[in-house]
Amino acid sequence: MNTTALRKARPGAAPAPAPALPAAAPRRRAAQVAGRALMYVFLAVLAVAILLPFGWMAISSVKADRDVFTVPIEWIPRSYHWANFADIWTQIPLATYLENSLLLSVVITFLQVLTGSFAAYGFAKMRFPGRDALFVGYIATIAVPWQAYMIPQYIMMDKLGLVNTRWSLILIQAFGAFGVFLMRQFYLTIPDEISEAARLDGLSEYGIWARIMLPLSKPALASLALLTFVNTWNDYMGPFIYLTDNNLWTVQIGLRTFVGQYDAQYAMIMAGSVISVLPVLVIFLLGQRYFVRGIATTGLKG
Amino acid sequence: MTTASSPSAPAPVSSDRRRRRRNVLVGWSFVLPNFLGFAALTLVPVVGTFVIAFTDWDSYSSPKWIGLANFRRMQHDENFWTAVRNTCWYAAGHIPLTLVAALGLAVLLNQKLRGVGLLRTAFFFPYVTSLVAVAVVWNMLLSPDIGPVNQLLRHLGWSHPPGWTTSTDWSLPALILTSVWRDMGYYMVLFLAGLQTIPAELYEAARVDGAGPWMRFRHVTLPGLRPTTFFVTVMLTISSFKVFDLVQVMTEGGPGRSSLVLSQLIFREGITHGRFGYSSAVSLALFVIALAVTLVQFQFQRRSER
Repeated sequence: MNTTALRKARPGAAPAPAPALPAAAPRRRAAQVAGRALMYVFLAVLAVAILLPFGWMAISSVKADRDVFTVPIEWIPRSYHWANFADIWTQIPLATYLENSLLLSVVITFLQVLTGSFAAYGFAKMRFPGRDALFVGYIATIAVPWQAYMIPQYIMMDKLGLVNTRWSLILIQAFGAFGVFLMRQFYLTIPDEISEAARLDGLSEYGIWARIMLPLSKPALASLALLTFVNTWNDYMGPFIYLTDNNLWTVQIGLRTFVGQYDAQYAMIMAGSVISVLPVLVIFLLGQRYFVRGIATTGLKG
Repeated sequence: MTTASSPSAPAPVSSDRRRRRRNVLVGWSFVLPNFLGFAALTLVPVVGTFVIAFTDWDSYSSPKWIGLANFRRMQHDENFWTAVRNTCWYAAGHIPLTLVAALGLAVLLNQKLRGVGLLRTAFFFPYVTSLVAVAVVWNMLLSPDIGPVNQLLRHLGWSHPPGWTTSTDWSLPALILTSVWRDMGYYMVLFLAGLQTIPAELYEAARVDGAGPWMRFRHVTLPGLRPTTFFVTVMLTISSFKVFDLVQVMTEGGPGRSSLVLSQLIFREGITHGRFGYSSAVSLALFVIALAVTLVQFQFQRRSER
């Protein structure tokens, strides 16, 4: 099905550069409509195929534990245990875990976006000695896997007395190089003429960042915020290593309670995973609306 | 305001110098808030790791300086060379495929379509799906005998389709396939943001000049996306060389050592066996490999900017 969709879409798209022939116009429009319809079908089929593992997760969340891992996979549960979604709140303090995850994700995302976009302005739009060396230093450290410096970092946080506090995770994750690099790349696409004009109008560099760069980089800010939020929300190793107090646990750690010494309550884990994905989806749906072309980039060359 | 009132003609040199010095201060003031946090909490432990790489240190003793001994051991460690080969193979498959898939999705989902928000969310889903679910479903899909993928391949006339995660030859391709599926939505988000920076006029102009969709993509979209593509390529490269959790849940490096990657070796040596010195030395090697590839990419980027 996919292949036919592709094969048919091609001829509709190929003869486009023939604007002079008026007789071809209606036929071309029909081809365009057909191409569009086929693209919808293609995207929908692809989306369903892509969502298969998530579907399995959702279906498993209402199964009995012993029915989760069956060979072959049962896509229709033998019995429905909707109670999983009610019981999970009393079996573990899920509300507290969700609250902790939310607090960490919001604070870390906010700091990462704020300091990252601020530093990126320095790297993209200011000239000062040492700038490029510093930037390469940033990028280089991204290349070190966390497993490698986990232990020195832990020893350091331990000496600072920050282990088993939220501060440990906030401090470690809020000042990453990722945000700086991402925002710098976007500021580079904003023409210098705009900031020059603002400078002539008497705006300080900080003013240019706040009033011109930030509003112009909404799509980049949205993607940075989305990705940081999701990464913090789904982080497992960080909270696992630094948070021992049950009251501080995040959802990802909390769900481990269902893994026993000999077996695990997989249906509950899946129910918890489904619940923990919902906030991320809401955030994503809200955030992706900012992927719209800004006014300034469209009206620039005039 | 003060610069405007100062006399402009008589002392251009000193005012220029003052402005430059002010520029330096302002520039650093932008960079410092992030850099201080980053330097204290990431850079210091990273440097620490590189120092530990030259010591003999396990969880029972205190670190002892042994120079290059860890690296000499690495030279004869078969696990290390297998992991290097596997990691490079994985990166060679994962980087280009994810790049193309993510870019394709972003271009498709950047159009004005009804329900585009839902579609974008759907393609981002794999990234937020629990890794346990990912491992179970993909192992089922790729199951050698009953898996739908191999059933399809048999229909297409491949009488002995690959054994995927159960075969030493095919475990890496199976991992690449799964990771492309998982990561393409993530990088799609970055490309979607990048696409918004391309002025609409350029597309209009290209259309007036009679450029078809492919020409518009080649000569407007791709050049306009260059800073984003560079960023995505660098991040993708680094994350490919660091790949850990997906391998851990899908194959645990097996069968045998056929999908053992470097960060798994670091984890096993350091966290599981407590050989901090040797595991740090492997980290340093991974860092050097990833950095070398990244620097090559920087060179390419600089050349294409000219």
